[in-house]
Amino acid sequence: MPAYTDKVMDHFMHPRNMGELTDADGVGMVGNPTCGDVMYIYIKVKGNRIDDIRFKTMGCAAAIATSSMLTELAKGKTIEEAKKISRGDVASSLGGLPPIKMHCSNLAADALHKAIEDYENKKKA
Amino acid sequence: MSTSRIYLDNAATTKVDPNVLAEMLPYFSDKYGNASSPHSAGSEAREALEESRARVAALIGASPEEVIFTSGGTESDNLAIFGAAMKKGKGHIITSCIEHPAVLNSCEYLEKNGFQVTYAPADSDGIVKLDALERSIRPGTFLISVMQANNEIGSIQPIREISNLAKAKGILVHTDAVQSAGKIGIDVNSLGVDMLSMSSHKIHGPKGVGALFVKKGVQILPISRGGGHEKGLRSGTENVSGIVGFGAAARLAKESMGEMERVKKMRDRLMGGLLKVEDTLLNGSRTQRLPNNLNISFKFIEGEGLLLLLDAEGICVSTGSACSSKSLKPSHVLLAIGRSPEDAHGSLRLTLSKFNSDGEMGKVLDSVPRAVERLRSMSPFKSDSQMKQFSDKHATHEDDEHAGIH
Ligand SMILES: Cc1ncc(COP(=O)(O)O)c(C=O)c1O
Ligand code: FES
Repeated sequence: MPAYTDKVMDHFMHPRNMGELTDADGVGMVGNPTCGDVMYIYIKVKGNRIDDIRFKTMGCAAAIATSSMLTELAKGKTIEEAKKISRGDVASSLGGLPPIKMHCSNLAADALHKAIEDYENKKKA
Repeated sequence: MSTSRIYLDNAATTKVDPNVLAEMLPYFSDKYGNASSPHSAGSEAREALEESRARVAALIGASPEEVIFTSGGTESDNLAIFGAAMKKGKGHIITSCIEHPAVLNSCEYLEKNGFQVTYAPADSDGIVKLDALERSIRPGTFLISVMQANNEIGSIQPIREISNLAKAKGILVHTDAVQSAGKIGIDVNSLGVDMLSMSSHKIHGPKGVGALFVKKGVQILPISRGGGHEKGLRSGTENVSGIVGFGAAARLAKESMGEMERVKKMRDRLMGGLLKVEDTLLNGSRTQRLPNNLNISFKFIEGEGLLLLLDAEGICVSTGSACSSKSLKPSHVLLAIGRSPEDAHGSLRLTLSKFNSDGEMGKVLDSVPRAVERLRSMSPFKSDSQMKQFSDKHATHEDDEHAGIH
């Protein structure tokens, strides 16, 4: 079991923005149940800003903490700003992750980008 | 913290019994002699060594001269397998796919170096399939190594039946009894085994001490050479204080075998209560099972998170989840008994000892379902079909390192 930073443990023990948005404007889903990690990111967009964001995650403590961290990073950002949130941003905001757990934070950023993609596709349609 | 800690990871290691510690202490301070020395300090150590050997032998129904002290279960397994293989020089070994890494990795090494190995499968209860094992016996087979009880799911293996198959064909039988010793009665003669591994720290003795039973007349080679201690099979100045602790633990284990009835009652209470949680699976056999082992998969969640939530409440457990292993691979045992990687993910192992109490079980029965519920509230899945639908439609195996290691 890797050693987690206090920030990771805080987000794992007290996840922010956990849940589902039934009227989401965009949903991003990544991961693979056979690997054990799956993330859903729901976004609600108002005036080009991420007005609300929620997550649902099946995965380790790092996966849950990165989902929670990501929602804090993305909330209130414009779509353009949110697109720039990178895989590294999530991990560094948590004070780092054990190397073996880096892929969990990759998932969180990826899920957000997919949610934005979904939102933009829906807008086009 | 430690006063209120509920320790349910006794398959990993156990608390040293205070009586064991008391017996060990003089061998650090006053009786520090080398058991090979001819003077009085040496003979003091030698006597303690031989008394301990007799106590360990008694736990498994062996003669003292059949007990070789080692540094633990891992070394005992290595000595048995490499010792037999080097004596033989070539040939075929049968083991099982649910063995501890000490056995599996030893066999895999030999397989890469000129030996042939068959890994016998286990059934869905975690019991090695006797018929498949029998079919894999061939003229060059010289060793069968199957554990007496599995360390993850507690399943007890048909060692006597395996010995019967082997004896007729002159094949050596080794069993890893690291988890079973002190929990179920063992008699090496009625089991019919040639070698048997034990470890002190699983029976309330100190870490770093173990033993290999080598039946009289069975010939193996040492894996380390030196001054010829332990009948030449394990050179090196004996860890006298540790061995005294192991001996004391073995004697206590034999005397207090009745305690296992109480342990089993607590385990059964936990099993009954936790299996009431929805969407759970019992891993391992209901009946052919160590009295102190419980292993359950909670669907739709991941074990590392469960472990950490319970740890925050002072409850120490273990999991077969990929996420908490160094390799990010799920437990090979759970996969071998047919669990999906998803279900292996949510597995929780609770292993009890005589130091646990009924009151603690009450607390665990309250905490575990709450922790499971909390993680499930975060999980996007509520059913297997939802999970399958997701896999079919969205599962990502991307180009990053994640796909490679997970
Ligand atoms: C079945 C089994 N074999 C071998 C070992 C290794 O024993 P030790 O820790 O004494 O090296 C263990 C301990 O984890 C075990 O459970
Ligand atoms: S979800 Fe498996 S290691 Fe993080």
